[in-house]
Amino acid sequence: MNTLLNNSDLFITGFRNTIILFIVAGIGSLILGTIVAALRVSPIPAMRAAATLYINVVRNTPLTLVLFFFALGYPKLGLVEIDFMTAAAVGLTLYTATYVAEAVRSGINTVPVGQAEAARAIGLPFAQTLTLVILPQAFRAVIPPMFSVFIALLKNTTVAAGFSVPEAGSIRANLSERGEPQMAGLLWVALIFVLLVFMLSYAQRKLEKKWKVVR
Amino acid sequence: MTIQAASDALVALNGVNKHFGQLHVLKDINLQVKKGEVVVVIGPSGSGKSTLCRAINRLETIETGEISIDGKKLPEEGKELATLRADVGMVFQSFNLFAHKTILENVTLGPIKVKKQDKATAEKDAMALLERVGVGQQAQKMPAQLSGGQQQRVAIARALAMKPKVMLFDEPTSALDPEMINEVLDVMVQLAKEGMTMIVVTHEMGFARKAADRVVFMADGQIVEDAKPEEFFTNPQSNRAKDFLSKLLTH
Repeated sequence: MNTLLNNSDLFITGFRNTIILFIVAGIGSLILGTIVAALRVSPIPAMRAAATLYINVVRNTPLTLVLFFFALGYPKLGLVEIDFMTAAAVGLTLYTATYVAEAVRSGINTVPVGQAEAARAIGLPFAQTLTLVILPQAFRAVIPPMFSVFIALLKNTTVAAGFSVPEAGSIRANLSERGEPQMAGLLWVALIFVLLVFMLSYAQRKLEKKWKVVR
Repeated sequence: MTIQAASDALVALNGVNKHFGQLHVLKDINLQVKKGEVVVVIGPSGSGKSTLCRAINRLETIETGEISIDGKKLPEEGKELATLRADVGMVFQSFNLFAHKTILENVTLGPIKVKKQDKATAEKDAMALLERVGVGQQAQKMPAQLSGGQQQRVAIARALAMKPKVMLFDEPTSALDPEMINEVLDVMVQLAKEGMTMIVVTHEMGFARKAADRVVFMADGQIVEDAKPEEFFTNPQSNRAKDFLSKLLTH
């Protein structure tokens, strides 16, 4: 307990950054992933091909490499300069969005084709058929896998520690510099992660109940 | 078959062909439906009658030929097609009510999003339609809470809410329990009496006799006969139709 209390500054900064990364990358990947999933089912072949290429390239790359690119490669491109925190958020978003896209796509596949036909029959164009009829039902069907993706994202934020972002994964190194017992520090970090994941699981159960679609 | 001038027809199909792989499912179809006419399409399974119905609002694409609605040729995919579809009501065999929306929302979605009506007006009109088809009490429920017959009547109300020029019915009673078929047919007969232009694919010969202006008999992707109901049922011209009717009448 002393390890936690004496170094509360480290824990607070660390987990604050973890949660910020999680929320920013979570919202970002939810939006981007949904757009990519929509492209994958679009009637235009070029859009489908672009979305498939993006998913296959980024999902098949280890997260460490994606973050390496943003920490080391990106600055050399001479584009807008971004700090490590932003770079980590962008990297995590691009990486997680591929998993979100596949979860959403599997949800789209669970919606009976008659739903889309009925939407088109009343005159809704493709975009509205998707956003008003298909996606709301698709999301409801994929709450469990979607939350698995977000739980993975929460834990993946620790990879950013390797790239000078002071988040939860970097607490141990800082404790070691202060001469605190590292094992105790690690256990505290693990415990707090378990609590955070519990909160996500709780939210998942609530949403599953609230959004049940009866056919 | 009498060929009417194209301008006279609300729905016109000219030389329509379609294949599903090797299967030639629509063979050189010509069909004209005038405003206010009720055309019932009957025929054995696999004769192409559902495909014909679905092709009219381009849920099925066609390979050759031309389909036009109110003088306008069916456009390719896109905004224009969506606009034209809003004028063509469609009722499906499996109802296809939006499962995540209430009955009222199912009916108001099109008017609000496609016709840009304000919510209050759309809801008022929707309630009137739901009352008319006899499910006003169910407005706040979800589709799965209703019986099949009720769901299908909601589906009719949803299509009517767009104030369509023509209504397509693709085997509207085939997925229903026998005791629910009549409640749906009653609504359709009423609609026919009010002068709605209707194309109905069905196995309900009673409805064809009662409400149809014309019966179109299809077999193997072709229109074999096109006649008034009493003519068709009492004096079918082709052997194919005689055979079909004899099988029906034995039960």
